[in-house]
Amino acid sequence: MRVIVPSQLRSYTAGRDEVGADGATLADVLADLDRQFPGFRFRVIDEQERVRRHIILFVGSERQDDLHATIPAGSDLQIVGALSGG
Amino acid sequence: MPLQLYIATRKGVWIARADADRRTWSLDGPRFLGQQCHHVVLDPRDRKTLLCASRQWHLGPTVFRSDDGGATWKEAATPPQFVKGEPRERAVDHVFWLTPGHASEPGVWYAGTSPKGLFRSEDGGVTWAPVAGFNDHPDQHNWVGSDKDQTPDGGKLHSIVVDPRDPAHLYLSMSSGGTFESTDRGAGWQPLNLGVAMDFAPAKEDGSEYTYGHDPHCMVQHPLAPDRLWQQNHCGIYRLDRPSDRWQRVGKAMPAEIGDVGFAVVMHPRDPDTAWVHPMDAGGDWPRTSPGGKPAMFVTRDAGASWQRRDEGLPREQAWWTVKRQAMCTDAGEPVGIYFGTTSGELWTSPDEGDSFRCLFRHLPHIFAVTAGEPA
Repeated sequence: MRVIVPSQLRSYTAGRDEVGADGATLADVLADLDRQFPGFRFRVIDEQERVRRHIILFVGSERQDDLHATIPAGSDLQIVGALSGG
Repeated sequence: MPLQLYIATRKGVWIARADADRRTWSLDGPRFLGQQCHHVVLDPRDRKTLLCASRQWHLGPTVFRSDDGGATWKEAATPPQFVKGEPRERAVDHVFWLTPGHASEPGVWYAGTSPKGLFRSEDGGVTWAPVAGFNDHPDQHNWVGSDKDQTPDGGKLHSIVVDPRDPAHLYLSMSSGGTFESTDRGAGWQPLNLGVAMDFAPAKEDGSEYTYGHDPHCMVQHPLAPDRLWQQNHCGIYRLDRPSDRWQRVGKAMPAEIGDVGFAVVMHPRDPDTAWVHPMDAGGDWPRTSPGGKPAMFVTRDAGASWQRRDEGLPREQAWWTVKRQAMCTDAGEPVGIYFGTTSGELWTSPDEGDSFRCLFRHLPHIFAVTAGEPA
């Protein structure tokens, strides 16, 4: 699937704003991302398997916090740095 | 190599470099622009490795490591994190404090986090593991308190101290929670808070003292006289001379109109009776700014029996900044140089042990920490 990477995470993807990853579930895709880009997953998912407070994951156009959620065929994963901070 | 200052801010890291006589300074940076960096520390054992505690606002916490003086950095392979699936479901929000381990244990580092946790690395900061003796102590949930007992952006575990005589002898402090001691490399811990005020809590009905729940802001151990500890607390300035376990409130000798509340305390590297503090306004709404908008440092040269104001060169009015707990340090020069960073992004120095001050750099982001080092 196509993964749209926010600017905050592009230090892991050599500056690429889109990368590819495989997996049947969100957890699988994140595992594949971490395999390709070591350290990527921990910046997005905490040690208790929760999406970090200021990160939003969209599968297609749906927000998704359940790492066990199945990825519909043809969907993109978009990782967003939430409108917070300052 | 001449002295360097490692400046950790709310928006990144800068390194200030001095010439040989510490008169001319240059500023290098930023690194990690946009990231909240709470502490950058040079390893005094190899004088080469730098660790940086960083948290990009959106992303999780991590530690970066440099072995070339800060030119390039590499992220920890396993940053500090609590045990997955633990009953309390804690997750590190940010790494707040970094302490190099004992001289006899190269590669060992300790990290303190928010929420309050203690972590240890044995490979120079590449991988980190929880210190179970502290994080999973059956009383730890009482020591760290509830959500009402935390600083605004989360409770802090800080002031991790390794006794230079014994790598198994550790101290740490928590805001809030108090100061704790371990004599077995972190396997077991005991509170060390007798004599410390808790003005924010009612007196106990049985007249006894609280053993934990205090609010140390910064605690340091003298490197040449390791039985001498200093503490700047939410409720005063204290000195402890081990093996006593009762802190003495030496801040009572501060001028009454200034009080003895602040964040930072630093020591003279060779004279255990000399220490400097930077008081803040703890009245009314607790603005935590320089009292009256007139910043000053106070020095004691008699172990806290008396304190003298030092403000030559500091703003005379309308300066409302604060010096955070990691944001003041000294060098080992003769005379000792003192350095501090402000919440308004200014870096100040006193080249003469506090007799005069000058501003080195302005317009940086809110400064969290200033540490000094002399790279090899």
